[in-house]
Amino acid sequence: MAARRISSLLTRSLSVSSSSVSTSLFSSLGKNSGRNGIGKRFSTAAALEDLIVPPVQIAYTQNLIDGKFVDAASGKTFPTYDPRTGDVIANVAEGDAEDIDRAVAAARKAFDEGPWPKMTPYERSRIMLRFADLVEKHSEELAALETWNNGKPHEQSAKSELPMFIRLFHYYAGWADKIHGLTVPADGPHHVQTLHEPIGVAGQIIPWNFPLIMFAWKVGPALACGNTIVLKTAEQTPLTALYVAKLFHEAGLPPGVLNVVSGYGPTAGAALASHMDVDKVAFTGSTDTGKIVLELAAKSNLKPVTLELGGKSPFIICEDADVDKAVELAHFALFFNQGQCCCAGSRTFVHERVYDEFLEKAKARALRRVVGDPFRKGVEQGPQIDTEQFEKVLRYIRAGIESNATLECGGDRLGTKGYFVQPTVFSNVMDDMLIAKDEIFGPVQSILKFKDIDEVIRRANNTRYGLAAGVFTKSVETANTLTRALRAGTVWVNCFDVFDAAIPFGGYKMSGIGREKGIYSLHNYLQVKAVVTPLKNPAWL
Amino acid sequence: MAARKISSLLSSSATSLGRFSSWGRRINSFSTAAAAIDEPIHPSIQIDHTQLLINGQFIDAASGRTFPTIDPRTGDVIARVAEGDLEDINRAVAAARKAFDEGPWPKMTAYERSRIMLRFADLLEKHTGEVAKLETWDNGKPYEQAAKIEIPMVVRMFRYYAGWADKIHGFTVPADGQHHVQTLHEPYGVCGLIIPWNFPLLLYSWKVGPALACGNTVVLKTAEQTPLSAIYVSKLFHEAGLPPGVLNVVSGFGPTAGAALSSHMDVNKLSFTGSTATGKIVLALAAKSNLKPVTLELGGKSPFIVCKDADVDKAVELAHSALFFNQGQCCCAGSRTLVHESVYDEFVEKAKARALKRVVGDPFKTGIEQGPQIDNEQFKKILKYIRSGIESGATLESGGEQFGSKGYYIQPTVFSNVQDDMLIAKDEIFGPVQSISKFKDLEEVVQRANASSYGLAAGVFTQNIETANTLTRALRVGTVWINCYDIFDAAVPFGGFKMSGQGREKGIYGLSSYLQVKAVVTPLKNPAWL
Repeated sequence: MAARRISSLLTRSLSVSSSSVSTSLFSSLGKNSGRNGIGKRFSTAAALEDLIVPPVQIAYTQNLIDGKFVDAASGKTFPTYDPRTGDVIANVAEGDAEDIDRAVAAARKAFDEGPWPKMTPYERSRIMLRFADLVEKHSEELAALETWNNGKPHEQSAKSELPMFIRLFHYYAGWADKIHGLTVPADGPHHVQTLHEPIGVAGQIIPWNFPLIMFAWKVGPALACGNTIVLKTAEQTPLTALYVAKLFHEAGLPPGVLNVVSGYGPTAGAALASHMDVDKVAFTGSTDTGKIVLELAAKSNLKPVTLELGGKSPFIICEDADVDKAVELAHFALFFNQGQCCCAGSRTFVHERVYDEFLEKAKARALRRVVGDPFRKGVEQGPQIDTEQFEKVLRYIRAGIESNATLECGGDRLGTKGYFVQPTVFSNVMDDMLIAKDEIFGPVQSILKFKDIDEVIRRANNTRYGLAAGVFTKSVETANTLTRALRAGTVWVNCFDVFDAAIPFGGYKMSGIGREKGIYSLHNYLQVKAVVTPLKNPAWL
Repeated sequence: MAARKISSLLSSSATSLGRFSSWGRRINSFSTAAAAIDEPIHPSIQIDHTQLLINGQFIDAASGRTFPTIDPRTGDVIARVAEGDLEDINRAVAAARKAFDEGPWPKMTAYERSRIMLRFADLLEKHTGEVAKLETWDNGKPYEQAAKIEIPMVVRMFRYYAGWADKIHGFTVPADGQHHVQTLHEPYGVCGLIIPWNFPLLLYSWKVGPALACGNTVVLKTAEQTPLSAIYVSKLFHEAGLPPGVLNVVSGFGPTAGAALSSHMDVNKLSFTGSTATGKIVLALAAKSNLKPVTLELGGKSPFIVCKDADVDKAVELAHSALFFNQGQCCCAGSRTLVHESVYDEFVEKAKARALKRVVGDPFKTGIEQGPQIDNEQFKKILKYIRSGIESGATLESGGEQFGSKGYYIQPTVFSNVQDDMLIAKDEIFGPVQSISKFKDLEEVVQRANASSYGLAAGVFTQNIETANTLTRALRVGTVWINCYDIFDAAVPFGGFKMSGQGREKGIYGLSSYLQVKAVVTPLKNPAWL
């Protein structure tokens, strides 16, 4: 299958690096470094000085409106960076309110006058399938672009994320002609039916941590349901969305159906969220920004909002868990994608009986983590996205140290260039420490000890977030108890970060509103219309 | 069937009254004598409960304050009611939290929950007379409507949702690899429910029914105009076996109790029915506090489209009831009557005649179709809209003034020659004011019908299936009634496009407003199938 588990990819690459320690350029440090300085044991300082040139050209930097690449109305551009170095990759058209207006007008026209919602769903699905094929053909360039702009390991982009992107468009193409309304039982002589209709113009705002995957989560269902789109990308990672949107038009997408505007949140994002002619907004990003988006929607035209926000997801290792497996998965749950995951397992709760063993192994695993140029083979961790996030992560590490958590490893930047941070593990973390409460969004694992199930449930739920949770146990009873008790939108039992197309994803509490992926995501992009007519002498009711 | 169509009751009472009403001049031609209004019938019922209902107990407001609730027939005080505020909301939320977190409500079997809801429905049915009296006294709606339609419909709704309680299924989900995936549909937790005054108990059932069926606990804030019936029936609910803390009822005002509930950090879900302006505030408070999801059922300016091939007599009668039902105080009132030019003159003549026959008077009298508006504020607002209609050059065909000299009665008012840019064609009036406009062709009427910030409902009157199908898809609204109106079966979803709201109530759709979705994933070893 094309879209392999992220976890299986990572585990595979991890097992490769640990089994070939002696030959690996990056992982030798974990083996032979002394235990004297926390800062210097991570793999790849050398690799950082000799960066690989990404094998891709930057072809598209303008906004894509009504099927055409155009400059920003203001003529302004903004730089987008290579997080390995902080160097400028390209200057990109900077969309603002005027560009959003133009994009919304194009999307409005494509919705109201067609052809998109007036096409048969089968035709829409064919275009989406052709698009998926085209992306597959261009996977190499796209994976290179994604890694260049985001800093994530190229192997992850190429072998996991691009295939998953294609998988998602195949999935949603299949939904397009399977959107059923219901006929409804009446209390009297009436014929009742419901129509599930596209909402209209959908405004979508996506983040920088998984630029293409988030594109697929949002654009896929919106288009399958017959809506038209104005997509605002993250200012950190505008490049791949422009590239794939161009491919979408080559696949036959009519002009105006999908408009892509690069730009900043307070300008372009706010203009989209408060636009009076946008019928729906979906946002993925931080909880604080999500609140602003919802407020802007409330204050403008009450457009419904789907929110996928922050998290502080517990990863619970019970006393009967397979510790080696749990260590590996807990490591992966936190460090995957440089720790830049909304569902990162960022509170590692370990039962006191296995705590010491777990801690020792978790630290050893972090010390083996291969950090370096994400274009290099075998690298597990690239740089953080930008200087702001980089500084923030280091600030949280300092807060952890100051609040007396035990720094087991890491704790500093790696190298002198770009935004690399050492894989960092804290033990003896207390629930009231900042590092146990805030979303750090970086490679910082916080390990906490617990005594019994009731206690860990209470502590795991004692957060404003409720995105996901990991549960590690061999007992079906423990698994069932925790599964129901945890106030989180996803519970991974003896696994983590399994992201199939059909599995719904979203948050309880302040982690969001609504669900993406799966059958549930269709509701976000459909209005329900009840239609009632009287019946004369009906044969049945 | 107990819960007969609203429209069928209205048309039967209307036709019977039509027989003996006279046809005088405009202002004084409405049927009921002023005498009926001068001596209001005293409802034979005691007001037993005026306190807040928190954790299964009637208690005073923390502040000790009360506010008057008014008889809209006279403006007199019916009773003084405990005035809930922030502190009371906090207490109610704490009780609901405890009942949710510690049980027994969500820890009961769904079957047990359904049994309690069914027992409640039975009790309510037994007390239909008292509850209907209370509803009419506090709200001013015709007693016949309350007793014969609304309370039976509330009973119907609770039986409907009792049936859902043990039929809430999650899915097992196809995986892309060796994983077993399932979804759990779980209760949200504590639901804050804010209901309006136009259908106090019906909207109680629309919200409390699904919230409880799904295993949530509730803090209900009633409208300050109509606090009485909700307290009464919630008492019955406890008699039916509802555990303390599961359903807490706080009377009070929007800016105090309502705002406290909307911005409460320990409320997991909100559902609000009311005006669009207030809905925006509720949503903003939810956004600023803990991002609780919000279901909104808001205002409307619903088109009622009479095509050239429609049965005009039937269309007149239904257009009349679509607008005037419940004193015009319906969010889905058919408040833009768009009539094809070929039948326009006939329609206006008959609509006017029908309005003149409308029986206005003491809602406790048999045969009365229209009682008073809810309160002085709404009464004044409607008269202001009527003046604005006259000033903007619409033709006043009938009505236009207060009816009688006491209470909040308004003459059934019909405007013709209404233009789309007039205030009376754009704003939600929420009163007995029908606005009739002319149209030429379908494309035009689609464009005009959709040129509104609202999108709650629409009526379509045609014999032609092609016209019906075209309009059904083209109208941007949550309900399309074809050759009927105001059909409110339990299973029919209701809610708005655009600024008429978010989400759906009633039917299977109403459940998702009260359920969280949790995906659960475990690895599989050597699975027999994928």
